[in-house]
Amino acid sequence: MKILVCITHVPDTTSKIAFTDNNTKFDPSGVQFIIGPYDDYALARAVELKEQQGGSVTLLNVGTASTEPTIRKGLAIGADDAIRINAEPLDALFVAKQIAAIVKEGAYDLVLMGRESIDYNGGQVHGMVGELVGMPSISPVMQLDIEGDTAKLAREIEGGKEYLEVKLPLIAGCQEPIAEWKIPNMRGIMSARQKPLQVKEPIGEASTSSLRYELPPPKGQVKMIDPEHVEELVKALKNDIKVL
Amino acid sequence: MSILVFVESADGEIKNTSKEAVSYAAALAEKSGENEVIALSIGTTVSENSLSALGKYGAAKVLHVPLEELNQGIIQAYASVINQAIEKTGAKYLILAKSSLGDPVAARVAIKANAELAPNVVELPDLSDGFKVKRSIYTGKAFVWMTLNSDKKIVTIKKNAVEIREGGSEATIEKLDVQIDSSDFEAKITKTDKAEGDILLPEADIVVSGGRGLKGPENWGIIEDLAKALGAATGCSKPVSDMNWRPHHEHVGQTGIKVSPTLYIAVGISGAIQHLAGVNSSKHIVVINKDPEAPFFKAADYGIVGDAFEIVPKLTEAIKAS
Ligand SMILES: Cc1cc2nc3c(=O)[nH]c(=O)nc-3n(C[C@H](O)[C@H](O)[C@H](O)COP(=O)(O)OP(=O)(O)OC[C@H]3O[C@@H](n4cnc5c(N)ncnc54)[C@H](O)[C@@H]3O)c2cc1C
Repeated sequence: MKILVCITHVPDTTSKIAFTDNNTKFDPSGVQFIIGPYDDYALARAVELKEQQGGSVTLLNVGTASTEPTIRKGLAIGADDAIRINAEPLDALFVAKQIAAIVKEGAYDLVLMGRESIDYNGGQVHGMVGELVGMPSISPVMQLDIEGDTAKLAREIEGGKEYLEVKLPLIAGCQEPIAEWKIPNMRGIMSARQKPLQVKEPIGEASTSSLRYELPPPKGQVKMIDPEHVEELVKALKNDIKVL
Repeated sequence: MSILVFVESADGEIKNTSKEAVSYAAALAEKSGENEVIALSIGTTVSENSLSALGKYGAAKVLHVPLEELNQGIIQAYASVINQAIEKTGAKYLILAKSSLGDPVAARVAIKANAELAPNVVELPDLSDGFKVKRSIYTGKAFVWMTLNSDKKIVTIKKNAVEIREGGSEATIEKLDVQIDSSDFEAKITKTDKAEGDILLPEADIVVSGGRGLKGPENWGIIEDLAKALGAATGCSKPVSDMNWRPHHEHVGQTGIKVSPTLYIAVGISGAIQHLAGVNSSKHIVVINKDPEAPFFKAADYGIVGDAFEIVPKLTEAIKAS
């Protein structure tokens, strides 16, 4: 089975988010970049499926050279090779078009990615790729098994799960608990250095534009309530929050 | 020119998040001079009354696609139906509530309709120079204003970012004929597991969550009682669902469900940044924790330092008595 896993290169979940240049640019100083946590689950499941069924796992990232350490980490987790599309991932459609081109060329059975990136939280790329290449796309996927040419999966819905069956090829936006989270071991890290990483130039240009960033207004002081007087909180729920 | 709103239902009723989407569309119609808000409902599970009541929130008309094979939300089929509705109405905008169905469907419609898409939008657009919208990014830690340049535009609305309008009159209901192709049904839904009767977490207006501080699943009664007294949904932190104390669909946070209720009550949860990422767009946060240094207090509006096993039952009683 040929699997393509698309990964994002995003600020680590604990990063403090800040902007520069009059709130027009993300400030990367002091920020550690990681594989998007949802993408990490997608990759982990791809590696498990390869162990069960044989085949190959190719990583794909749309990003400038600065993302290569993140790609190498993905290779250390167990992907066989990687492709980097040499461009700033400026919007979802642009990224989806780059992925679609690779999907068409590569005849993959399965294209896995995270349900959304944790920077822009769009959750659009899997659906766009599906439409661009004419393949079913399912998200958010929390279970995925392959039996012959059929994928059996569970998708999260509000308050529950929906079970589906679909013939391959398929695109899935993944989330936990689809796989065991994997941490690269020393052997993986050593071998990742030798694995092929191909760089390709992008097609087309991004069209939507991001103009200006904003941070949420600072939080006011917390009002502490005496544990002996919880009725103070009930009053607040009634009069200030108006939920009672 | 019109604004099309895709509305979703649960248990035969239009979801609140879809009422928010219709309200957003009505406000956008006033602001942009588009003259008609048209709601689109797919499947046969919603009553005619609920559909015509969409007029209250600002829809003039409801297009209804009453096909039983569309009672389940099949992503490709829904995208195809919505795109046909856009073509038939000539709608310039498509508005959807952000949801587990709305998000993947919107992405496919964007390609079919050649429309740009802004997800997770929290405010009406600025129309002074083109179409600029504000969307939530970095899991609630920031916002960005972006411009949509295409003729047709798609916007998904973040829950609780828009007030539901009341007023207005009944909407007329029209049946919409669509073509559905077997290729739209490549994915077959074989089973659905849904927590029946409970208030659904992503939709809830009040959420009561418990963390590892509750020590074990046998202690969840106090959380459930408080939730019941408040008419709230229950949630939990990640370790709690990892240890199977609670089902996975209650796990709130960066890697779980993101909620934006009017009130979030966190009991025995430390307030790790990954948990906060799922709750930081709640309107009000109450934290109950025995450790006065718990980071969650920094994100809270109201805090009580104390033992959950003492405080929560007291609070539940006080709410019942009020
Ligand atoms: C990539 C990644 C993603 C993650 N995603 C998520 C996520 O989506 N959601 C999430 O929740 N976590 C997530 N986590 C885990 C997160 O970092 C924390 O470990 C987790 O939120 C802690 O859960 P907790 O607060 O319930 O437990 P703890 O950190 O153990 O805190 C328990 C709290 O309970 C209090 N307490 C104990 N006893 C009592 C009592 N009797 N009465 C009152 N208070 C009491 C303690 O003072 C403490 O503050 C993620 C971590 C990583 C690395």
